[in-house]
Amino acid sequence: MARFILRRLLLLLVTLFVTSMIVFALTQLLPGDVARLILGREAGEQALINLRAELGLNDPIPVQYIKWLSGFIVGDWGVAFGPGRPEILPLVAERLGNSLRLAFFALALSIPLGILLGLAAGLKPGGIIDGIVSIFSLSVVGLPEFVTGLVLINIFAIQLDILPASASTTEANLIEWIRRLLLPAITATLVLLGYIARMTRAGVIDEMRKPYVRMATLKGLPRRTIIFKHVLRNALLPTITIIAISFGWLIGGIVIIESVFSYNGIGRLIIDAVGRKDIPLLQAVVMVVVVFYALASLVADLLYAALNPRIRLE
Amino acid sequence: MSDIQPVIAAHNLSVDYRLNKVWLNAVRDITLHINPLQIHGLVGESGSGKSTLALALMNYLAANGRISSGEVLLEGDDLTQKSVNEMRQIWGSKISLVPQDALSSLNPSYTIGNQIAEVFQHHAKTRINTRQLVIDMLRRVGIADPEVVAQRYPHQLSGGMQQRVTIAMALITQPRLLVLDEPTTALDVTTQAVILDLFRDLIRDHNAAGLYVSHDLGVVAQLCDDVTVMYAGEIMESASVETLFKRPTHPYTAGLLASLPKPTQDTETRLPTMPGVQPSLADRPAGCVFAPRCPIALQLCADQKPALEIMRDGHTIRCHRWREIDAGEISPLHDIDEKITSERPPDIDYIMTAEGMHKYFDENTLWDRITRRKDRYVHAVDDADLRIRARSTLGLVGESGSGKTTLARIIVGLETADSGKMHLLEKSLANHLSARSRDLLRELQMVFQNPNDTLNPYHTVGQALARTIRRLSDKPISKQQVQERVIDLLKSVRLSADYADRYPEELSGGEKQRVAIARAFAANPALVVADEPTSALDVSVQAVILNLLKDLRAQEGASYLLISHDLAAVAYLADWIAVMYLGQIVEVGDTEDVYDAPSHPYTEALVSAIPEPDPTLKRKQIRLDGDIPSARNIPPGCRFHTRCPRYLGDICKTKAPPWRDAGDGHLIRCHIEIDELIRLQSAEEAGTV
Repeated sequence: MARFILRRLLLLLVTLFVTSMIVFALTQLLPGDVARLILGREAGEQALINLRAELGLNDPIPVQYIKWLSGFIVGDWGVAFGPGRPEILPLVAERLGNSLRLAFFALALSIPLGILLGLAAGLKPGGIIDGIVSIFSLSVVGLPEFVTGLVLINIFAIQLDILPASASTTEANLIEWIRRLLLPAITATLVLLGYIARMTRAGVIDEMRKPYVRMATLKGLPRRTIIFKHVLRNALLPTITIIAISFGWLIGGIVIIESVFSYNGIGRLIIDAVGRKDIPLLQAVVMVVVVFYALASLVADLLYAALNPRIRLE
Repeated sequence: MSDIQPVIAAHNLSVDYRLNKVWLNAVRDITLHINPLQIHGLVGESGSGKSTLALALMNYLAANGRISSGEVLLEGDDLTQKSVNEMRQIWGSKISLVPQDALSSLNPSYTIGNQIAEVFQHHAKTRINTRQLVIDMLRRVGIADPEVVAQRYPHQLSGGMQQRVTIAMALITQPRLLVLDEPTTALDVTTQAVILDLFRDLIRDHNAAGLYVSHDLGVVAQLCDDVTVMYAGEIMESASVETLFKRPTHPYTAGLLASLPKPTQDTETRLPTMPGVQPSLADRPAGCVFAPRCPIALQLCADQKPALEIMRDGHTIRCHRWREIDAGEISPLHDIDEKITSERPPDIDYIMTAEGMHKYFDENTLWDRITRRKDRYVHAVDDADLRIRARSTLGLVGESGSGKTTLARIIVGLETADSGKMHLLEKSLANHLSARSRDLLRELQMVFQNPNDTLNPYHTVGQALARTIRRLSDKPISKQQVQERVIDLLKSVRLSADYADRYPEELSGGEKQRVAIARAFAANPALVVADEPTSALDVSVQAVILNLLKDLRAQEGASYLLISHDLAAVAYLADWIAVMYLGQIVEVGDTEDVYDAPSHPYTEALVSAIPEPDPTLKRKQIRLDGDIPSARNIPPGCRFHTRCPRYLGDICKTKAPPWRDAGDGHLIRCHIEIDELIRLQSAEEAGTV
């Protein structure tokens, strides 16, 4: 197992290294002169030349890349171009904190619920629960998040007026915090629930057909032991991967939900950075998202291996 | 006799399945009982209902199944009245199952020890540490290092070890009845022989009873005390093994036994076969279920179901004409066809030679290459020679892992040999498929083990054959000619012309295999490589295919390379036999010579492990220790020395054995000299018989 972890960690480093090159190369392709972007249209030629020299823009691309990467690794992320030229690291850290909070909240809702629904559906394929889960998950997956989000706002914030429509908060009060995050978390959950439930359902149906389940029955084991000890552990293996991908999506890909609920997560920061052609900020944010994606799949791989001796003991 | 209470007894038991909203009768009117210490064999071909019956005796049915009438008494207690929750107290404690496929019957995610302990803990209602108990049990089923194995996961064990684990799991609660559902079908003969010995001893030791479900009449003859023969859901005949195998009375039993290939049969005799196939659930005949295939059926048989009658004590039968058969007035067998006569007898010239064939599978991963670990190769075929004579059959035998299938695939070009030279019809045969000329491709065809996988389900039989005919034709060929050739080929495998329009799913397993054979013969090949061509088929179907292969050889003048683990089938079909062990040929010779002394100690063990369908036959028993070593780690010296019952000493460990010539082309690769082998082997034979 130790060797397996070591191998995965090395693989992770290689992946991150390669993606850092891709991220850097792509941001280089964005049109526009960085110095002019910062100084504005009226800046004088000399000021531009000075700034370019100061930012190292005259260095060859590989040198710029190495400077950028080493800076990123040691935490020297530089300043953004935006108003007030804020430091990038604290800005990203704050947004990342927000995104993580929302992500964990959404996962805390969707994982247990999705697994439970998938299990109930998979134990009786073609039954009533299965029908409800199938129809529900298919119809919700088809709906865009801004539709579900707006419908939820309309019902809970406007009609019933029990939950706030905006999720952004500076309050440290836990109750208030949960109240504000509930609607965006539910919106994300509605998207994820279908995937998790259907994946679990397929896994359960697959495993229930296997001879070891019949064997467990003929060993006289009670049904709950068969389901929770024998079936579920194997049935959840494919679901783990889906959850890891979902986590990555929650960190970097829920721009729409963040916008609908005016929540300051990483997704909106990316959009802002793109809109302002704020290249240092964009590079940093994208790298952060990549790191979290990679970490999530690493955790998924390790969990998968821990639960599956056929991988672990290879 | 009657004052012994049977462990399990069924009275007039019937089981139905619900298919397409109709209840269909799967098993009908079964009456049988098993006394303590007895092993009862339940034999039948696929679709006979034997597995359904075995599970019904455990009161375990598929979700769409029900027991429609009758009772099952476990030591007098009617199981059919019990709910599933009540049965959970009995399953695993009073009745245990040893399943067919051990690997998939074990949960891949838990250790062996955990899975064995869990049965005991559940039934003994205890959480006590069962570790010692589990280890003792594993030792009793013949596992040498039980402490280690208990910590292992199922996929880390060999097939034979996995099966031992399921046996330990079944026995740890000291059950009264052990249901053994084809537990050795997936194993090699050598492993099977050891496992069968184990069953015999353990059932005696535990004072239990056994129900042994199998399609293999040889195994049943060697293991069981009584046998019940099933066909289309009904008992045809039931008797003690001695009676049933010596004097089979029911036409189905007699036909089944007659259709088994016997090693002693001369190569020109056709196997007796039964026409037709077993009816499916939906269209079982109203009268005697066997009547449509029975050689002595009367009108009465088609109209009226025969009752299960008692012939004499312990011998029951379901046949209208048993009295006539029993009195010797009529024969229950089909007339045997005349002998197969070949216009051109086998030739002494070789049509195919392979010399010094090597095939290594590289198992190194990218990671291994980066870290420069020790190279990991599987030596699947390691310096093997093979020569096949014109118009003859060479049988290639060995356990799984011996490399026989890889060698066959090298010859047809599905694998590319790493080195070695091959010749076909005196022309050089390139190792790489793409370098072979179309002429040579035409001369070399293959028949695979599983006919279900080799036919494209979206092509009709006619399309499949036509495609092969066009592909292998050396000149443009008209549609008309192709169609004629398709019909000819179908006829040659005894299928009528209307099969050309059928899809594979409309065919039975035997019919599919016939189409696969027809396809192999589409271009009049010189050599047909057949990899276990009958092992996926039922006994009565196997006989038809074996006859067909013999007929085709006589008609078409082709040669066969027949790969099989079934030594009886090989002996029936082959003129020559090559025995393979860990990538090398260890013995080659005329079929009879190979089966008799002198032979390589490995061959001797293989032959001794064949379960003969004759319960009175007592032979020398040679049991091989352990499993075939991994081809990743080949033992030095003689590769067989780790398991050899005739191990000499250091020389076997250090020096590769020489080829020894026993005359007439019979070669043995062993350190023991020919005369000494003859002395050892015939002395033992005389001593034990």
